[in-house]
Formats: sequence, C-alpha cells, structure tokens
Amino acid sequence: MTNDPGTTIPADERRSPLDAVHRAAGASFTDFAGWQMPVRYSSDLAEHHAVRTTSGIFDLSHMGEIVLVGPEAAAALDHALAGKLSAIEVGQAKYSLLLADDGGIIDDLVVYRTGDDRYMVVANASNAAVVADELRTRAAGFDTLVSDESDDIALVALQGPDARAVLLETPGFGVDGPGNDQDDFDAQIAALKYYRAFPATFEGQPVLVARTGYTGEDGFELYVAPELASRLWAALTETGGPRVVPCGLASRDTLRLEAGMPLYGHELSRDILPVQAGLGRVVALSKEGDFVGRAAIERGPADDAPVLVGLAAEGRRAARADYEVFDGEGADAARVGIVTSGALSPTLGHPVAMAYVSPGLAEHGTSLFVDVRGTRIPATVVALPFYKRAS
Amino acid sequence: MTDLNALQYTEEHEWVVVDGDVATIGITDYAAEKLGDVVYVDLPAAGSTITEGNVVGEIESTKSVGELFAPLSGEVAEANQAVVDAPELVNSDPFGEGWLLKVTVTSLPKLLTRDEYVALTGE
Repeated sequence: MTNDPGTTIPADERRSPLDAVHRAAGASFTDFAGWQMPVRYSSDLAEHHAVRTTSGIFDLSHMGEIVLVGPEAAAALDHALAGKLSAIEVGQAKYSLLLADDGGIIDDLVVYRTGDDRYMVVANASNAAVVADELRTRAAGFDTLVSDESDDIALVALQGPDARAVLLETPGFGVDGPGNDQDDFDAQIAALKYYRAFPATFEGQPVLVARTGYTGEDGFELYVAPELASRLWAALTETGGPRVVPCGLASRDTLRLEAGMPLYGHELSRDILPVQAGLGRVVALSKEGDFVGRAAIERGPADDAPVLVGLAAEGRRAARADYEVFDGEGADAARVGIVTSGALSPTLGHPVAMAYVSPGLAEHGTSLFVDVRGTRIPATVVALPFYKRAS
Repeated sequence: MTDLNALQYTEEHEWVVVDGDVATIGITDYAAEKLGDVVYVDLPAAGSTITEGNVVGEIESTKSVGELFAPLSGEVAEANQAVVDAPELVNSDPFGEGWLLKVTVTSLPKLLTRDEYVALTGE
C-alpha cells in the first residue's frame, strides 16, 4: 500500500477554531493550504449521502474573508474583479473571479454586499493572502479600505434538504433591532432567496447568514467570530441530531464535483481563461470602464485552447486529476486532453470527471478514452452538472 | 476477533498470516482508514505469479488510489471475490472478511511484527 497519509503535523500548521470539536468527534485530518482540516469523520460516502438526503455540516474556517469598506468600495471591485459588483444589491451575493492582466484566473470568489459601502470577498484558503494583496493593490486609487479579516471570521456551512428546517429549529438565533427574537429570524430565513444573505445574531453575537454553498444542495453558510464557532456548531448538531452529519473535505470534493462546480487548482488556474472553464458569463464585458484582465478577455483564448467538459464512464474505475484523455484506444490515438477532477460519483454510482479537451471534442456525446493507470477507459462527454437537485 | 499480534506486517501497510505454505494478505485498518471509503479493488487472478515488492493490485477510495504491493512471492491461490463485489469490506473488516489474496508462498521475506508495525504508524 502506498497512500502516504502524512500523519505528522508541522509546527506551522494552522488550526481551525473548531479544531477541538473535530478531534473530539474523531475526525481524520488533512493538510489543506497549510491548514489541518477534517478530511472525514467516519465515512466520506456516508457524509456525501447525508448532504444529498438530510444535511451535512462543514467547517470552512480556513477560507479567506477580505472586507472592503468605503464610498468607492463598489467601484474598486468593478475594477478589481471580472464581475459588476456595483450592480448587486445590499444583501446579495455574487460568484466572481479575480483575473490577472493576461486574463488567467487568480482565484474564484463569492462576494457579498453587506452594506451600501461594504463588501465581503470570500477567497479560497490557498489564495487568501494573494487575493488580499491584489485587492489592496487594485483598490489603491479608490476611496476604500481593504482588510484581510480571515483570522477574525469562522465559517460553518449547513447544506442539504434539511438544512433550512434545522436552522429554523436551532435556538439562539435572532435579528438585531427591536424585538430581536427568533420570529424575526424565522421570517428572514423564510424570505431569503438563493445567493442572498442577511445579518443575524447567534447568542447575541453577529452572524452573517447566507444562502450559498458548494454542494449542489440548498443550504446556508454562516460567518461568525471564531469564539462563537464551537457553540454554533454544537447548537446545530444537537438540534439536528441524525439529520446533521459532520462532513469533511473529502465529501465536499465529491459533492462539488457532482454539482459541476470548479475547484481552484484543478479546473481553474492562472493558465486558464474564464471562457475555457465555462465561466464566460461571470465576466461582465458590458460593464463600463476598465478592469484587470479586460483586454486579454476581449482577445479571447487561442482557437485551439482546451475547454472544460464533463466526462461520464461506466464501471467503477474513476479517472482522476492529471490522467490523460485520448481520442482512441489504440497506440496511435492522440492525446486530446487532461482530467482535472474525477471520482466514482457516490450519488450516480458511475465514474464522473471534469477534463480540459480540444475544443472540437467538447460536444456532448463525443466518445473519448481516459488512461487510467495504463488502461484506456471509455468516457463520454456529457453536460455539466452531473447532478442537479430536484427543485 | 483476529489476534493482530499473530499477523505479520509490511511497511506498505499490508498484513500477512501464513498457514502452512499459504499466506493470506490484506491491508491494515490504518491503511483502510487513511484511504477512506474503498469503492474499487483490483486484484490479480488466481494462478498468476506475484513477486515481492511488485505492484499487484489497486485499492481505490473516493479520494485516492492505493497500490497493493506483493509482500512476498508466490502463486495466487485465490483472490477475494467478496471484496471485489463489496469493496467496503476493506473498511468494515480489514483483518477479516476484507482479506484480499491467498497466495501459495515460494519466498517469504522477513516481515514486521505487530510491535514494529505499530511503532511505524505511530498509533
């Protein structure tokens, strides 16, 4: 067996504010962007299925939160990011991209407008420092302050069909203002649309409640002070009982893969233009003024630049990141692409993968082959996402 | 309940128990736990020859792929079809029903004792 688990924890490893909770729950840990985070608690398949059928709770405190405050915060983000963030309302969230001058993707982000002159940018853990630096640089000419608040914000996600019910049943939530009771909170949750957020309280402390996620299910992401994270986690898990299963990063990865959601470092990188990843719609070319990467995006990628596709296969042997894609089975077949993520889909029961392939082979139904450690496995180009919840 | 002290181990996280000239081979609970949920097992067919140190099979979880190294040399007498059909046995009972191969041994190297293996994994 070779599957180096890396059991020793370097001294510079970062720990989540929920670390003690995870250890008490018997989690296995993995290094993720310098953080020791739960990879699974018991079974990643059980955790995956829980999110699809009841709900799962995730610690995402490793993610970065960069806050912009000031009268020109919106203008600064319009310049810094690919999307038109000035166009979103207070309480709205938007998926966006931080592009390099050459149009390559530095990170993918979720941006929350939390006030007329206030935004919170949520970055991948591995890119948080880079995103904060870039935003500071790009906002330099604007009347706005950029602060990296990653160390002061923990993130707990509750995802799955039962997430809403559990959130409503959990005691301790309120909404700031007159009354500040659970009824106000319940009313806000009832009215909360997808990709919206509102400021609430838990045990009297601020919590940003967002209807966002990365699993393909309905669910919520709760941004709180690190000191509050353990009590919030305990309240949700105790209220939910068997309906709330603690989930690690392994299940998070298979969930997002089934949902066709890109992962930075796999589907997205500095060498990929948004349109190649199917994210052309995220770039607001119609917005006024220049933004970083605009000229390169307008030029577009080379005609033969690979594009992201979904691949589905039969059997149980999954294609995995970095496996090569061929247009045939024989020795004379041409290498036409590379897999970026792949797994045996727990929900669908067959292997699925995302891959970059030559643009001429991206049509749905195209038959390709993935080299799975020396064996060519047939795979068919299919539409993304692989899994879509019944709404 | 398997007496874990009666088994021999490898640095590649396999266990071996020898009865006469037939060795039964599996992977340890430590390896199974580190892999995560096993969803696919590829084993050499009965009758094939395996050579110590060579890769002879694969154990895939949702998360990763582990290679199975031959801990000894010999001829495969039986591959565990139950594990091929239900790979989760590797997680649920790694020292019992989750065994992988029975091999008629031609050459058995010196393997690790339980104490030596536990010292290796630090658990």
